[in-house]
Amino acid sequence: MPHVSMTVNGQAAKGEIEGRTLLVEFLRETLGLTGTHVGCDTSQCGACVVHVDGKAVKSCTMFAAEAAGATVDTIEGQAAPDGTLNTIQQAFQDYHGLQCGFCTPGMVMSASALLKDNPKPTEAEVRSYLQGNICRCTGYHNIVKAILAASGQDVSGIAGGIAAE
Amino acid sequence: MPKDNASDHGGIGASPKRREDIRFLSGTGKYTDDINLRGQAYVHFLRSDIAHGKINSLDLSEAEQMPGVLRIFTGADFKDAGSIPCGWQVTDRFGNPMQEPRHPVLCETHVRHVGDPYAAIVAETREQARDAAEAIIADIEELPAVVDMAEALEDGATKVHEDLTSNLCFDWGFVEENKQAVDDAIKNAAHVTTVELINNRLVPNAMEPRVAIGDYNRGTGEHTLYTTSQNPHVIRLLMGAFVLNIPEHKLRVVAPDVGGGFGSKIYHYAEEAFCTYAAKALNRPVKWTCTRSEAFLSDAQARDHVTKIELALDKDNNFTAVRTDTLANMGAYLSTFAPSIPTWLHGTLMAGNYKTPLVYVNVRAVFTNTVAVDAYRGAGRPEATYQLERVIDQAARELGVDPIALRRQNFVTEFPYQTPVAVEYDSGDFNRLMDKLEAKADLGGFAARRKESEKNGKLRGVGINCFIEACGIAPSNLVGQLGARAGLYESATVRVNATGGITVMTGSHSHGQGHETVFPQVVADMIGIDASMIEIEHGDTANTPMGMGTYGSRSIAVGGSAMVRATEKIIAKAKKIAAHIMEASDGDIELKDGKFTVAGTDKSLAWGDVTLAAYVPHNYPLDEVEPGLEETAFYDPNNFTYPSGAYACEVEVDPETGKVTIERFTTADDFGNVVNPMIVDGQVHGGLTQGIGQALMENCSYDADGQLLSASYMDYCMPRADDVPFFVVDHSDGTPCTHNPLGVKGCGEAGAIGSTPTVVNAVIDALQSGGHDVPHIDMPVTPSRVWAAMQQG
Repeated sequence: MPHVSMTVNGQAAKGEIEGRTLLVEFLRETLGLTGTHVGCDTSQCGACVVHVDGKAVKSCTMFAAEAAGATVDTIEGQAAPDGTLNTIQQAFQDYHGLQCGFCTPGMVMSASALLKDNPKPTEAEVRSYLQGNICRCTGYHNIVKAILAASGQDVSGIAGGIAAE
Repeated sequence: MPKDNASDHGGIGASPKRREDIRFLSGTGKYTDDINLRGQAYVHFLRSDIAHGKINSLDLSEAEQMPGVLRIFTGADFKDAGSIPCGWQVTDRFGNPMQEPRHPVLCETHVRHVGDPYAAIVAETREQARDAAEAIIADIEELPAVVDMAEALEDGATKVHEDLTSNLCFDWGFVEENKQAVDDAIKNAAHVTTVELINNRLVPNAMEPRVAIGDYNRGTGEHTLYTTSQNPHVIRLLMGAFVLNIPEHKLRVVAPDVGGGFGSKIYHYAEEAFCTYAAKALNRPVKWTCTRSEAFLSDAQARDHVTKIELALDKDNNFTAVRTDTLANMGAYLSTFAPSIPTWLHGTLMAGNYKTPLVYVNVRAVFTNTVAVDAYRGAGRPEATYQLERVIDQAARELGVDPIALRRQNFVTEFPYQTPVAVEYDSGDFNRLMDKLEAKADLGGFAARRKESEKNGKLRGVGINCFIEACGIAPSNLVGQLGARAGLYESATVRVNATGGITVMTGSHSHGQGHETVFPQVVADMIGIDASMIEIEHGDTANTPMGMGTYGSRSIAVGGSAMVRATEKIIAKAKKIAAHIMEASDGDIELKDGKFTVAGTDKSLAWGDVTLAAYVPHNYPLDEVEPGLEETAFYDPNNFTYPSGAYACEVEVDPETGKVTIERFTTADDFGNVVNPMIVDGQVHGGLTQGIGQALMENCSYDADGQLLSASYMDYCMPRADDVPFFVVDHSDGTPCTHNPLGVKGCGEAGAIGSTPTVVNAVIDALQSGGHDVPHIDMPVTPSRVWAAMQQG
């Protein structure tokens, strides 16, 4: 079987793969990084979004072999080494931007890519950017609010969606 | 329940940060697919690609020789297994039991819907199992399929099940004794409004697809099933007792972190039984991970009612009778709770918020060659609310009266209120909800907003809806009389540790609802200790008491009440211990802020002093009470709970394209007391979006041959972030439930129940404002349907 190596969350990672092994399968099954989720098989839901060389990618749309030599960042690498959540993760908790948690890793990784490109997005820009991430629990209200808050914008005027104490 | 010290302890009324978020946000949650057992094999199900066929032969010989294949199972391997059971038996209008077909683990003689599994290949890897599936040569003779419910009921229609007398599962009438009186009232009414409508079929689409892992320990004879379930004890009972004949003490069911359910993960599915069985047969763990494409073909689907509703009014516009005639699709097999949804969870809500004295509901449940249909967020109540609130809106239009005034005039205003459809509402205040809605939604400003929209070439409409629902299911003796084959209590064990920390083991299951955060708030409040001292265990039958799980917005109302009862026992015992140590009588002991005091003295003991004494009983009333501090309670509710609400939606319709956009959505809900307002807001947001999805875009569609046309996210339109606005939700100041200790009603389904008629009423209002005489458009109200209606009306 072919061999692949890449850098995942700052660490060297390698493994044996089949040609058809998807990046998400490599992450979940070979490396045991099960934070990246699989919610569909048509690249619609976005639960599997990771960053490859700094760009948001649905890791179900890419073969593991295509990521050879790349730098891959997943949800597991987002918090500080001591476990402190990053700004986006913390905003999701503060504004109740997740319920069952299944779409959450993809949402956080997409939000992170958005804010890198567009540090102060409007509500409409956030909603538009998230078209590729489906959430069935939250109605997106608190996800959008959390991302706006993570961008440093004042969300106190947004109706509804009580924040955590 | 005391509420005064909430803010001190993160108790009732507080919105602490969710504990479960830390693992979900850092990628360390433990969902079923994240579990991999040593030596596990993988199963791939070979599913029918036609809707109806007779299995003539399956040639497995080539597939069995494929690399990595361990064994291929077919229906014959399960001939001694029971049928996947249905948990509810409906009795028809004539006193006969419903028709109940066998539902085998793997198809035996026929395939009955696209996706019906007829072979299961277990191999060393998932890919090998899939590869081998392609080498199976199946001789399946295609038979005519029945998809349309009316056609399925015609004489001579192809039968989904050869051994049944017809495709009619049951013909249910409710309240049968009122039928004649309702007919007479409609005949003699001053005005009758009729609406014919379709409640479109949906796919629940929890974001986590289902997963099952069977494991068997030959040394102990114990089975373990890891599964994506909302109710692991129910699966243990149904699968163990009815399908595989495994006694419960030899069967452990674990439902770890579960990525959403919305009803679709209540049911016992064939794949769970297969993995449990195959693990023993192969003496290896067997894992199945559903793909989304498979989920569309195998997860129980939802709604799918075709209804005619008639509302009779007298000359003063008082509602005098409601009569409905519904065809309800069951799909090819009866899923676990399927028969209860269009009957007891639907017919009992047909009085709505109104004092209509006479109601008659007829439901004919029909087998078709489609995936089974069962409960989905709201389950019967959305179907009831949708038709009732659509016909009321239409009646107001026909009579030229204000839709809010017509509703207010007919509201139930006195509680308790005995409806003509069996249920008794314990509390509510519909006028106050409507007052709140009118203010919060700024309905007074609508006319100006409409003008603004019109200036931009858009039509603007406002839709109003009121609803009441039955939650907190349910009194066991009552549901037993109605056909339930289960009790519907809930359980909790409160285990106080020696140093005062508490583990609560609950039969409820959290799959997004935040129980790990919310349940401790209740116990913290009762004892007066910080919520951080309390931990919740759920989801594993090995360490939780027998519970019925989470659905029907029952967790806080029933599960929470069980926790209250168990905690009351803890407090009573702890007071006895404290009384002994402080040499006082138990009646004089008070517990406040985690401190035991003797009334009228300055004696006190800390919570931890008493818990330590319970486990180190040196100075202890051993002749009166046992050591230890652990109590279990099972709570069986006295009644359903009845959340109610009033919703308003404003839409814009683009007359050029027919596209509908939700501009504003405002809710006023009565959930009784609220434990965690942040969580409740989130539940409403999610429910609203699912309802908006049903109203505007979601549709599960089969062609005439029974092929599922909407079988992926490219064809089944899920609501995205840019399909919804920020919502304005209010659930303050509810009327407490009168019959449970927390005064809570449940909030999980309201948004999905209340939203569909609100949206459609708004669209119709918008079209009417543009001079289009369109009385109704069926959901989903897609641009093409709106545009087509505008061309005609």
